[in-house]
Amino acid sequence: MKAVCWNGQGDIRVERVPDPKLINPRDAIVRVTSTAICGSDLHLYDGFIPTMQPGDILGHEFMGEVVEVGPEVKTLVPGDRVVVPFAIACGHCMFCHQNLWSLCDNSNPNAALLEKMYGYSGAALFGYSHLYGGYAGGQAEYVRVPYADVNPFKVPKDLEDEKLLFLTDILPTGYMAAENCHIQPGDTVAVWGCGPVGQFAIHSAWWLGAERVIAIDDVPERLELAANWGRAETIDFSQQSVSEALRAMTGGRGPDACIDAVGTEAHGFSVDAIYDRIKTAVRMSTDRLHALREALYCCRKGGTVSIPGVYGGFPDKFPLGAAFGKGLHLEMGQTHVHRYLPKLLDRIVGNGNPGFDPSRLITHRLPLDDAPRAYQTFRDKQDHCIKVVLKP
Amino acid sequence: MSTVTASMRTPAHTMQSVLNRQAVNVGDSERWMSAAAGLGLMALGLRRFSLTGLLATGAGAGLLYRGLTGHCYLYESLGIDTAEHQDAVAVPAQHGFKIERSVTISRPASELYAYWRDLDHLPHVFQHIRSVTVQDAEKSHWIASGPLGRPIQWDAEIFNERENELIAWRSLPGGDIETAGSVRFRQLGQNRGTEVSVSLKYNPAAGKLGAAVSTLLGSNPAHMLQEDLRRFKQTMEAGEVSSTDGQPTGDRGLYQPFGGRS
Repeated sequence: MKAVCWNGQGDIRVERVPDPKLINPRDAIVRVTSTAICGSDLHLYDGFIPTMQPGDILGHEFMGEVVEVGPEVKTLVPGDRVVVPFAIACGHCMFCHQNLWSLCDNSNPNAALLEKMYGYSGAALFGYSHLYGGYAGGQAEYVRVPYADVNPFKVPKDLEDEKLLFLTDILPTGYMAAENCHIQPGDTVAVWGCGPVGQFAIHSAWWLGAERVIAIDDVPERLELAANWGRAETIDFSQQSVSEALRAMTGGRGPDACIDAVGTEAHGFSVDAIYDRIKTAVRMSTDRLHALREALYCCRKGGTVSIPGVYGGFPDKFPLGAAFGKGLHLEMGQTHVHRYLPKLLDRIVGNGNPGFDPSRLITHRLPLDDAPRAYQTFRDKQDHCIKVVLKP
Repeated sequence: MSTVTASMRTPAHTMQSVLNRQAVNVGDSERWMSAAAGLGLMALGLRRFSLTGLLATGAGAGLLYRGLTGHCYLYESLGIDTAEHQDAVAVPAQHGFKIERSVTISRPASELYAYWRDLDHLPHVFQHIRSVTVQDAEKSHWIASGPLGRPIQWDAEIFNERENELIAWRSLPGGDIETAGSVRFRQLGQNRGTEVSVSLKYNPAAGKLGAAVSTLLGSNPAHMLQEDLRRFKQTMEAGEVSSTDGQPTGDRGLYQPFGGRS
């Protein structure tokens, strides 16, 4: 089959690789019909995630059709159409039982490595380094899905891929970011970053009862989308001081909740050699944490800062004093996609109401073969690129 | 949670346990005092036919038992151990390994105990054990992979077990190595699962091939046991061990796979 393979920093190639096979009894093989490039894939592209190996198959946002199931999979049959959450969950550990799917105890074969860094390992992820399990990803014609009786969700046949694909990651991620804000009536929510996750966080904040939503970015087409599609007020940080603007917009109080949908490119996995590597990139790391610092600074006293953006290691100059001094609540973590997927699917289906259409984000639709160019276009925000969908 | 200690005490512990069918957890001088106080209390109690006398007699009997056996149930429940195990003679070694690791598994203790009590399963748990052949209710024959793939063999017996709580085994004399081990199961409330604590003891200075123990356990025995318990947990919770072995990859070029995994 064809698969998008990582070969080094900035080196993405579409290669011929063997087809995946069932490895464990609960596995399924899915023929991928649509797959997207995630903002977090760009961290891999830019070489910031350690423990990638040349030849690793990328991709954690994908959907398709089941073609084969293992003997222990009783819930799926070949032909079922499924979307697959990016975090791999076993469904039977304490964390899965508690609806904390992205913290699954059992899915990461390399958990010992991650434990060295974090104390304990979260769930494995598709196509996201050997630290996170080394599972081959879904930017390919076929993919092996472990624990297939738990991970893939069946979806209706009558909705097109583009409306369903983002259930795998970015729509639940934006939703969890807003839910983590514990929005109360009258609340103002400020969202840093108007990429795909930020856009969905904006919509979700409205769904969860926000009174006002303020979006912050400097890319014109992303601010436009936040304003037109997301009905958010906007701040272009290249034009004005974010903290002053927010203070003025909120009667001097500051936003009740702040969402950092930017994250860091400088994944400071600070173990030995990796730390040195980050050190060499220090010129970037100082302002890579900028969005989070600003959110912590701007948030009102007693407010919540919700962090869907990805952080990896030991970020430099984290303003804990501001968080402590203002009694802030911090919420963060990988998305528990399984928890949100069914209710967000309902919202897309609509059930009598006009359904939510996440495909509005998509700016580029390309064949899998064009992946190398697509990564570059997306990273450099060329050609007004917001979201790329690849068709294997 | 985990320790790797070079100690001389474990074989004594094991031997006393065999004698008593209970772990010794009270120190020697304390045992003498306990026994003496117990006798005194009993003598006092038996002289009075009253409720107080009866209670004193009972308490005295308890203290006497504690002194004679060296086992205190209160200490056990409190996790206290005042016994000095250094004066071991069962294995005259100056150094031995004791490895301890724990894991919490979201399954009832009875299920985990039942899996473990079927010793045939242990090669699935312990990477370094090639096979365990059950001979009767207590005896079994163990084979591990030694240096250069050569098998290391010994007979073992289960010398202590409490249903759903504890299984303890030890090698019998005459084997290639001298080893003992135990697993304890402690079921937690509130759907928190069961704590499984494994202790393995190896004495490289005893047995015909004692020195092979270091090969058997690799450079980091505690890590190896941790990974063994991780696979046990995955087997019991998820029904399978997570793996990417055999999955497709693109061209690895000259790159050495990270950590030996695909």
